[in-house]
This record gives sequence, structure tokens and C-alpha cells, in this order.
Amino acid sequence: MEVPRYWRNRNQRYALVGEVCPHCEVKIFPPRDVCPACGQDAKTKFSFSGRGEVYSYTTISDAPAGYEENAPYTVALVKLEEGPVVTAQLTDLGQEPVSIGMPVEMVTRRIRQDGGKEGILVYGYKFRPVMAVAR
Amino acid sequence: MRDVAVIGIGQTPVAEHWDKSLKELAGEAVIAAMRDAGREYADGMFMGNMMSGSANHQQHLGAYIADWVGLRFTEAAKIESACSSGAASFRAAFIAVASGEMDCAIAAAVEKMTDSTSDEITTQLATAADADYEAGMGLSFVALNALIMQRYMHEYGWGKEHFAPFPINAHANAAHNPNARFQEPINLATYEKAGMICPPINLMDASPMGDGAAALVLVPLDSVSSTAKRIRIIGSAGATDSIAIHHRKEPLFLQAAYLSSQKAYKMAGITPSEIDFFELHDAFSIMSALSLEASGFAERGQGPRMAVEGEIFPGGRLPVSTRGGLKARGHPVGATGLYQLVEVVQQLRGEAGKNQLDRARIGMAQNIGGSGSNIITHILQAI
Repeated sequence: MEVPRYWRNRNQRYALVGEVCPHCEVKIFPPRDVCPACGQDAKTKFSFSGRGEVYSYTTISDAPAGYEENAPYTVALVKLEEGPVVTAQLTDLGQEPVSIGMPVEMVTRRIRQDGGKEGILVYGYKFRPVMAVAR
Repeated sequence: MRDVAVIGIGQTPVAEHWDKSLKELAGEAVIAAMRDAGREYADGMFMGNMMSGSANHQQHLGAYIADWVGLRFTEAAKIESACSSGAASFRAAFIAVASGEMDCAIAAAVEKMTDSTSDEITTQLATAADADYEAGMGLSFVALNALIMQRYMHEYGWGKEHFAPFPINAHANAAHNPNARFQEPINLATYEKAGMICPPINLMDASPMGDGAAALVLVPLDSVSSTAKRIRIIGSAGATDSIAIHHRKEPLFLQAAYLSSQKAYKMAGITPSEIDFFELHDAFSIMSALSLEASGFAERGQGPRMAVEGEIFPGGRLPVSTRGGLKARGHPVGATGLYQLVEVVQQLRGEAGKNQLDRARIGMAQNIGGSGSNIITHILQAI
């Protein structure tokens, strides 16, 4: 991935920073600048909690070029508790089978490494099953 | 606006054309279409293509192909809308002729995929999705469709086997299409044994890539002799939706298919029940179901029922993929939309060989770009 493109999206990739519409309060991720609900300007920043649930999922064995090191890996549409849906990889699954409705939370992980040892390490969000609270 | 007719069609077989280049494939289809039309000149050519820049290191296909086919000096440009590039080029040619700006326009499209390795093609196909927030997270194009199918089966309760009739019908029809990529029939056992690509999508749910080109010649209807059978374009419309699935209000409904088909029906002055056959975009079995629902042939969540009950087979209520569809004729991405339209014209002319339907008076083609983000619908009628 090109460095400027990666750098531009750092707040989204590291911290799930999206937007909230100042007119109708709809939460937006990824940022769109124009509210999909009311059509007005929506550039107010909003940080998402990172909690959500699996809306759908699948497993990729035949990875696109650049993503082979993690294959096979599971990807999902995650419905965030604030409303929007985000596309991401799932991680830390262990033996637990993935299911629709499974609660997940955002973590920061390496997505890919570009261009061998000299290339940038591309970090971003993945989601993992919500860990059970120790009793 | 003037009425517009199709007077020429051309196509190459969909195959691994190791011995032919991008321009040779495109040239074959364009020259065949011009011969079929009996024309040597055109006012303009619209070249549909998705990935020539990366797959063949060649952009600027308007001038490149026009010169190659002997149309040097003719106005020409490339049109790209991912997998719906073909239909987009046809719509551009239609608008050009209907408006009166051109008296003869060529819609042509080509995709030459086998010059690149399959993981490069996988990466290229993913450029039809959002680069930062879908492909950039490691999603492949088939994975995006798998996410839709998984949720669809969960919400509507369909089993995997209920999607089998879509590829079974496509392969049965392709057995009689000499231009089809796969001409072998398959059965339920083949489907159930097929390897998983991205669950629940298996190899038999997914259309194969391939090299191919197709072309059609468009002119004003009133310039065509009324003694012969004429093929008139009675509906033409396109619509877009969010490029990313996660931004769609209803990820399981193809809003762009709904809007473009409704506009096309309105323009044609017909209802879905008057469509005799439907060349739908069966890039994946799930897209067939969603396309049938959004285009008004089935209720939401009931697309697979039409397959299970045999309505999509030749002789059924709405035959689909009559010459093999994307699944078995093959899916040379940017050219696919024009294969669909060439096949509609073949049926309307009565030139579909053993695939010829008894009733083929009004045919529809629908070309889906991306995972449902750019959908173009055309309706053609034999008069």
C-alpha cells in the first residue's frame, strides 16, 4: 500500500474514527462526509467503541496478492453497536466457531507487509470474539 | 429520442486464448459485428473493458482498437464500470444513436485475462470494491459475494442445494453454445462435491474467468428495412448503489437492479410478466437469486424458489442464462455484458441453435458491476 494512502487513513485504521451527522445524529463509518440518511454535510468526527456483532462471515483461502501470509483467514461484516457495518478480518478465533450474531470487539493488528523487509507494515483494525470476563 | 435497432452482432469464444492478444480478440468481435451488419464505417465506438491497464499494460482502448479494426479517425473511447463495463458501452452507444448524435455506433467490449497470473487477477477483480475499506482489508471479490450469500441463507432459511439449479441450468444450456467456456453438463452430485472457495460459495457457484470479446452495431430503427425481422431496443437504464456492501441500507437487496429494471420496464411500457427470457448476471449463484428478486420476478428471499421449481429452465416461466450465462459461457469481466446482449439478439432472431426458445419475442439482459453497485438493464424486442 502506498504510504500517503495509508497515512491518510490512520485515524480510521487505528481508532475507528468515523463521523456523526450534526443534523440527524446518524453515526457513519467509514467516513462519507455526506450523511447517507439525510443528505446533509456530516464531517463531525466520532470515535466508535469498537464493539459489535458478526452480521456475516466467510473464510478466504485464495488470498489476493499481498495478503497470502495470513491465509486462510476469516473475514466478516461487523455491525457496530452504534449502527454502521464495517468490513474486516476476524482474529484470535482459536477453536471457537464463528457464527452470525457473535459479539466481537476491535483490535489493532498487522493486515499485511508490503515489499519484503524494507516495506511498510500495514496495521489496521481486526475484530476478535469478546473475551469472557474472568470470575 | 429516436428508436434504436441492433443490426449486427459478433463474439469470440470465451476461452484461454493463449495465441491471441487483447487487440486481436477485440478486433475479431468488432469485425464480425460489422460484417453481420453489412457496414464498413461507424460514427463512433464505445469500448467496454475493466482491467486492460493492469492485466495487459494497455489503456486507451478507444484509439487502440479503432485503429486495429480499420476505423482509424473514428471517434472512440473506453468505458469502465467493473463487471458492467459491457452493458455500459452498449448504453453509451444507444444514447449516442437515440439522441441523433450518431447514425451508427459500435458497442464493443473485451477482456484479456490470461496474460496475468490468477492472484494478480484476484487482486484486480477486488478493485471493483472499495480499495481502502474492502479490498484493503484483505477481501477478495468472491469473499464479498460469500458474505452476502451467508447472510441470505441465514435470513431466508435456504440450504446450499437450493442454489444448485442455477449452475445446472447454465451448464445444460452451454452444452449447445459453441462459444461457451464450459460445454459439459453438470448434475446435483457435481454441485455437492465441488470444492469450497469462500463458504458458502463453492466452485460450481462461481463463474469462470476467461478471455473474450463481443460487439454489437446500433443504428436508428427507421433506417432498417422493415421487410426483415428487426431488433429494437425498447428499454435501457442504469443505476448505482454504494460501492461497499457495508454502506448499503439493505445488503441483501440489489437496489440498483430494482431501479434500473423499473426504469427499463417503464421506458418499454411493459411489466416483468411480458419478459420471455432473461440473461441475468450469474457471476455467483446468489447474484442470480438477488437479480430475480430485484427485477420483479420473485418476492424478496424467494429467488431460489424459481430455481427449485424449474421456472428458470428452457420451457419454464422465465428461462435464464439460455446460452450458458456467466457460469458456463464464461465471465470475461468487462466483456460479459455484451455477450449477454449478443445472446439476447440471437434468441430474438431465432439463431440460438439448440438453445432456441419457442417463445422469444422480448428479452432482457442485466449486467451487474461490483457486488451490486452499478447495474444496467436492457430490454430488446423482435418486431
